[in-house]
Amino acid sequence: MNLGSILLDSLRASVSINAVVYAMAGVGLNLQFGYGGLLNFGLVAFMLAGAYGVGIAVVEFGWSMWIGIPLGILLSVGVGLLFGLPTLRLRADYLAIVTIATGEILRLFVRSGPMQEEVNGVQIGGVFGYDGFANAFFAVNPYPAGNYGFGGFSFNERAMWVLTAGWGLVALLSLVVWILIRSPWGRMLRAVRDDEDAVRSLGKNVFNLKLQTLVLGGVIAAVAGMMQAVDQQAIRPDFFRTVVTFTVYTAVILGGKATILGPIVGSVVLWFLIQFTDGLLKYLVDIGWLNLASDQISGTRFALVGLALVLLVVFRPQGIVGRKEEVLLDA
Amino acid sequence: MPESALAGVVAEVGVAKPDAVIVADGVRRTFGGLVAVDVDHLEIQRGVITSLIGPNGAGKTTLFNCLTRFDRAQAGKWSFDGVALERKLAYQVPRHGLVRTFQLTRTMERLTVEENLLLAAPGNPGERILGAFLPPLWRSFERARMDAVDAQLERFRLDHMRNERAGALSGGQRKLLGMARALMTGPKAILLDEPMAGVNPALRQTLSEHILELRDDGLTVVLIEHDMDVVMNISDWVVCMAQGSVIAEGRPGDILADEAVVDAYLGARHGESATPDAEAEARVVEGPGVTDVSAPTSAQDPDSDSDSDRRTGPGAEDGDE
Repeated sequence: MNLGSILLDSLRASVSINAVVYAMAGVGLNLQFGYGGLLNFGLVAFMLAGAYGVGIAVVEFGWSMWIGIPLGILLSVGVGLLFGLPTLRLRADYLAIVTIATGEILRLFVRSGPMQEEVNGVQIGGVFGYDGFANAFFAVNPYPAGNYGFGGFSFNERAMWVLTAGWGLVALLSLVVWILIRSPWGRMLRAVRDDEDAVRSLGKNVFNLKLQTLVLGGVIAAVAGMMQAVDQQAIRPDFFRTVVTFTVYTAVILGGKATILGPIVGSVVLWFLIQFTDGLLKYLVDIGWLNLASDQISGTRFALVGLALVLLVVFRPQGIVGRKEEVLLDA
Repeated sequence: MPESALAGVVAEVGVAKPDAVIVADGVRRTFGGLVAVDVDHLEIQRGVITSLIGPNGAGKTTLFNCLTRFDRAQAGKWSFDGVALERKLAYQVPRHGLVRTFQLTRTMERLTVEENLLLAAPGNPGERILGAFLPPLWRSFERARMDAVDAQLERFRLDHMRNERAGALSGGQRKLLGMARALMTGPKAILLDEPMAGVNPALRQTLSEHILELRDDGLTVVLIEHDMDVVMNISDWVVCMAQGSVIAEGRPGDILADEAVVDAYLGARHGESATPDAEAEARVVEGPGVTDVSAPTSAQDPDSDSDSDRRTGPGAEDGDE
């Protein structure tokens, strides 16, 4: 191990499927929280809905994965209505409380005993989740077998296909958000973040707008959840813990909320940092400069990433690509 | 002329108007044990300027909030231009032509001044989520609204701030922007909550003229105002509230002579004046001399309470971003 390979590993991590998933979920969260000011702390529930839509359709019902995708989107729309209908008339902090609780309830629900069953001697559902449901996706892989890239920075055909589809979707969904935000609809949304009563006094249906935002952002996050499930060919309830939501928040704030590129840049940089600190710590232990056990390394790594984020928020609160006015006006 | 429209109407509480555009009955709003608004019957004449005066805590803003559904009255029926409003939602009220401004101005700070005005134009196809994906559709709509935007910016002397973020405006300019924005909705009536507060004397004069202009354009104007000079100068009709109820209404001259109003609100100084109009005019010319008449009783203040609550709400959210 040397510094060059640490850097290559970190670069690989920065475009990895993890970066794709957090960037895409970040695009959805950015619409809700960055542009709309909706404090959705249950983002992971939308990712869960997307992933489970695919898993249930294929494994439980024996349908095609391509039917599972619209099912997952439908489920995430349901989650959006579940979150939004009772809370969006209230102040933003109520949404935060309800979403964080409902997200956990959903996870506990899908991992509960009644959700589990035995099919042909195999346990599925509940804590076992679902496996092997994405063969249809890999069956249409256009990349011939082999390695793509150069030197240490290369991916096999499977990773290439996942990453191409993933980053392609990130670009497409970012484009959708970009078109929306620069439209009068987006202007109305940015206005609601500043003062929703003023917008209401101009005859705009603010409740509708917020519900649309919550559902649309949620559908984007659901696609991110599907992407992760497809890549791993596995779904476990405990993939969808609350910490995922806050990691997506971290990526969005790191990159710059209320910007189109913010969530993407944030996710790429976050995963670079996570991999780089890990590699660097292991290297320093190898050459004897540090004396850490392997389990201490991962703890120290996240402490260092956390420190880097704290410094960023102190010295550049608008994020990497954010605009300063966005933050100053909040003061 | 609007003056003559109200000729012959007797100056007494709850009197019927020849052409009432707002009719309210039994509007009641309480906060716990405090009766903030308790209005038996009130009619607002179409096409004139009606001022709502009264001490702090009289329930003027709460009445505005109830009428426009920003607050929930516990009881009462009221209509605007024949449309019953008491079951409407706040956003539906302006769609019927009744628009309001706020005492503490509410500004979309991160939008530019021009965006603030374009936002207010009703019926923009690009505000529907599918229409948003068809720029040609909403671009032509917005081009057609540019003349109206220009006119409002010019009227309120905000044209030089057009492309600034509204957060960069001063307090007085925000007040003007609030009015301009409300007018962009194409209302039949406008409720102005203390339009003169925080506006400099020279601009007050201009603003008074603008309000008169609005009336001459056929708009119904209702304003809450503490500046008695302005009230006496521009009002066709004055309604005085105290402790939630209407205690007097009439032409400005009637109000100045009304004992209940003098006791509850004006104090002796205005009451002694024999020729109120002449005196009021003289004072406006003098500029910032005597302005606000502060209230004798202000122990409890539901007006500003409800508003400051609203302000802390969104403010707290912003802190989290």
